[in-house]
Amino acid sequence: MTSTAGSSVPEPEAGIRLTDVGRTFGATVAVAAVSLTVPLHGRLSIIGPSGCGKSTLLNVISGLDDPDAGTVDVLGATTANDRLRRCAWMPQRDLLLPWRDVLGNAALALENQGMRRKAARSQVAGLVERFGLGGFERKLPHQLSGGMRQRVSFLRTLVAGKEVLLLDEPFGALDSITRADLQFWLRSAIVTEPRTTVLVTHDVEEALLLGDEVVVMSARPGRVAARYPTDLPAGASRRELLRLPEFTELRDELLARLEEAS
Amino acid sequence: MTTAPQRGTSAWRRVLPPVIVLILIGAIWDAVVHLGHVQDYIFPSIENVVRSLFDNWSPILESATWVTSQEMLYGFAISIALAVVLALAVHSSATLRGAVYPLLIGSQTVPIVVIGPILAIIFGYGISPKLIIVAISCFFPIVVNLVDGLGSVDPDLIKVMRTLDGSRLATLFRVEVPSALPSFFSGLRIAAVYAPIGAVFGEYAGSQNGLGYVLIQATPQLNTDLVFAAVFLLSVMSIILFVLISFLEKICCPWAGKGKK
Repeated sequence: MTSTAGSSVPEPEAGIRLTDVGRTFGATVAVAAVSLTVPLHGRLSIIGPSGCGKSTLLNVISGLDDPDAGTVDVLGATTANDRLRRCAWMPQRDLLLPWRDVLGNAALALENQGMRRKAARSQVAGLVERFGLGGFERKLPHQLSGGMRQRVSFLRTLVAGKEVLLLDEPFGALDSITRADLQFWLRSAIVTEPRTTVLVTHDVEEALLLGDEVVVMSARPGRVAARYPTDLPAGASRRELLRLPEFTELRDELLARLEEAS
Repeated sequence: MTTAPQRGTSAWRRVLPPVIVLILIGAIWDAVVHLGHVQDYIFPSIENVVRSLFDNWSPILESATWVTSQEMLYGFAISIALAVVLALAVHSSATLRGAVYPLLIGSQTVPIVVIGPILAIIFGYGISPKLIIVAISCFFPIVVNLVDGLGSVDPDLIKVMRTLDGSRLATLFRVEVPSALPSFFSGLRIAAVYAPIGAVFGEYAGSQNGLGYVLIQATPQLNTDLVFAAVFLLSVMSIILFVLISFLEKICCPWAGKGKK
């Protein structure tokens, strides 16, 4: 088993390690020579101009795709199938199954893992309240608001019980009020239940709020242009954070970097 | 029941326009026949068609309708079973798709008028050649729509299933099959229209009863009002099948058409 091999190596802090990763689609070089590490339970935000290969990078980490060059190591897993078993992936669109109600959608991973439908539903029923979905257990996706659908999608992703969480612009499709609300909610959710997280976004504030480190990528071919640790107080509210001088300084710096990169 | 009157008006709105069109066509029909003094054997008045329908119901049409509807329904059921198996095979393997799809299309280019007599030679005047012809005429739209439906699932949804530990089989039954249901029903509705045509062709090729048999007997006898009565019954059967399928679809896919952009 790869996990036992990984634990024998004395590097417990390595969650995700990318070494010289490159991925090419036809004549287009999506990412080139990207090296990154995310410590165990660390939260990395990746920002960059559109088309800088952010999503490609997530696909490569998740095991949905394999790099053409370099190696990817996710908690000791190096093959695509082993990585898939460790990674949960959440895209921008909620992609709920329209014929399944909230509980049914949330329980999908448990059913896939072989649990009976009833048992899976009752297991996720205990989590619904914490995700702000209490009372909506039996509603179908088309009966929910965009923000609620995204919560269901997030619940579905977490229920899979993966060690690694890969978020591809998870709030990109939402209006700004709902997005701010969910960003802060996600921040507290990840802080209370830490997992190794990689978030891809082009929203600088989101990157700062959710990551403990931010990587700026350059335009195609995607490369790591700069990395910044974010050291923000964990207990602060969103408005307090947005007013902190460290926060605004970092945000301006990142915006400047982003302009250079594109 | 607060929703009852609303439902009533919407049902009326659906039924009323076709009824008005029908009455209009009927009025023109009767006007032409009466004012033009058209002979009954050339083009019967509605009145005579209705009379023929009632007069011939118990001696001829009742058993003929029964025979033809059995051919239609059993043939339809066979075509569904065949279509589902073929669609799943074509969907699950690119090799099978390449091997089977051209044959499926080929099967549709062979004229049923030609197959009918051959099947009658092989299988006789019983129900089996009719079932085969109904199945051949119906299965194609079902297969094509089902294959399209199975293949048109959002690729990101397939990716989500992979990261949620979904095996290929889990993805097929939890994602692809349910999302293909609406197009499956579209295929069924098209096939429902073909079913009576197939049954009539089958009976033309050789039979002892059925609405097609009635048609083939009544036409050369210039019993035109009976011909129209039989055609009317065929249409009614097709419409009933169509409505039944639409009703089933509403029950099976209550989500369809909702929340989609």
